[in-house]
Amino acid sequence: MTHALAEDRLSAGRDTRSVAVPQPYWNPWVVGFLLGLVLLATYAITGRGLGATAAFGAVDAWLANLVAPEHVSASAALAKYFNDGSPLMSWTLFLVAGAFVGAMVSGVLGHRMKWSVERGPQATDNRRLALAFAGGFVAAYGAKIAKGCTSGQALTGGAILNVGSLVFMLAVFASAYALAWFVRKEWL
Amino acid sequence: MTLPLSSSMELTVAADLAIAFVLGTGFGFCLERAGFGSARKLTAVFYLYDMAVVKVMFTAIVTAMTGIAVLSVAGMLDLGELYVEPTSLAAQAVGGLVFGAGFIVGGYCPGTSIAAVATGRKDGIAFALGMLAGVLAYVELTPGIDGWIKANAQGEMTLPSVTGVAMGWYALAFIAFLLFAGWGMGKLEGRFGHLRPRG
Repeated sequence: MTHALAEDRLSAGRDTRSVAVPQPYWNPWVVGFLLGLVLLATYAITGRGLGATAAFGAVDAWLANLVAPEHVSASAALAKYFNDGSPLMSWTLFLVAGAFVGAMVSGVLGHRMKWSVERGPQATDNRRLALAFAGGFVAAYGAKIAKGCTSGQALTGGAILNVGSLVFMLAVFASAYALAWFVRKEWL
Repeated sequence: MTLPLSSSMELTVAADLAIAFVLGTGFGFCLERAGFGSARKLTAVFYLYDMAVVKVMFTAIVTAMTGIAVLSVAGMLDLGELYVEPTSLAAQAVGGLVFGAGFIVGGYCPGTSIAAVATGRKDGIAFALGMLAGVLAYVELTPGIDGWIKANAQGEMTLPSVTGVAMGWYALAFIAFLLFAGWGMGKLEGRFGHLRPRG
């Protein structure tokens, strides 16, 4: 089943010199089990779960401090990233840096490295890039309001049956399913 | 020795960050292996022709939940030492609705956008830049929201603590549900298979 998507990506590619065929993704039940073990290990070692959004906040605080250090020290929300020294020493940022490397290793091994824009055949690259930026902006807002994202709330909180996380998960799926029809030309 | 490790031993900052990095590589490897570096694979779940997102997420949750329940019953893990993000039903409902909109429009979530960037997806980079802008805008433009969340928070709330039913029973129920849902998702994928991209 996953073959179809991988083949689609290859035939859509214009680089005919590439000989390495993207390999199919792993069985979702198997990857889910492995991801669950990573989450379990994270809990067993640190007492907390995974996360991603805090890394973006840490980078923001670091960048803001380069541009406007007085503003950062005056802002409680940004200054808190400097409590333990540099915001770049953030635990979640290191987790995300590791995720970047892990994903790249997996992509190289699976011959899935490709400089490309993911979109449906009816969308244009520019339209897709604009929507990706807008979607990232909106998702960041949602994650800040909900105090976590798919990693920090859904996975992490779900595993310990955190009521707020279960509500978050239901809300995410309800919203995305309700809106899917309106953005179908971006994907199908 | 009792888990979590963080409760029984003091880790140096360097060790703590090294652990984060190593756990992160496992996290990112799994995301990319599942196909979650691809926005079309991720959004496919909302058009019902490929339910991998739900399968992976729920299997991961059930696996970790079962492991936590077993370790706790075996006396190796102190449940009380695990961090529970305080619940604010309104914040998680509103935030979830907003987040879901960002997900279906942007094609990624924060973690998966990293896997997309790592494998060369330009739209992943755009999403990540949007995230940076969004987090900064939240901090700069709407500082009042955090106060509203705190004022409306219910505090620590898990299904076992609210219902008094132990975690292991929920783990069993989730496993049973997952088996049933797996059968149902297979049906859905067949029914909506015509939406699958064919190049």
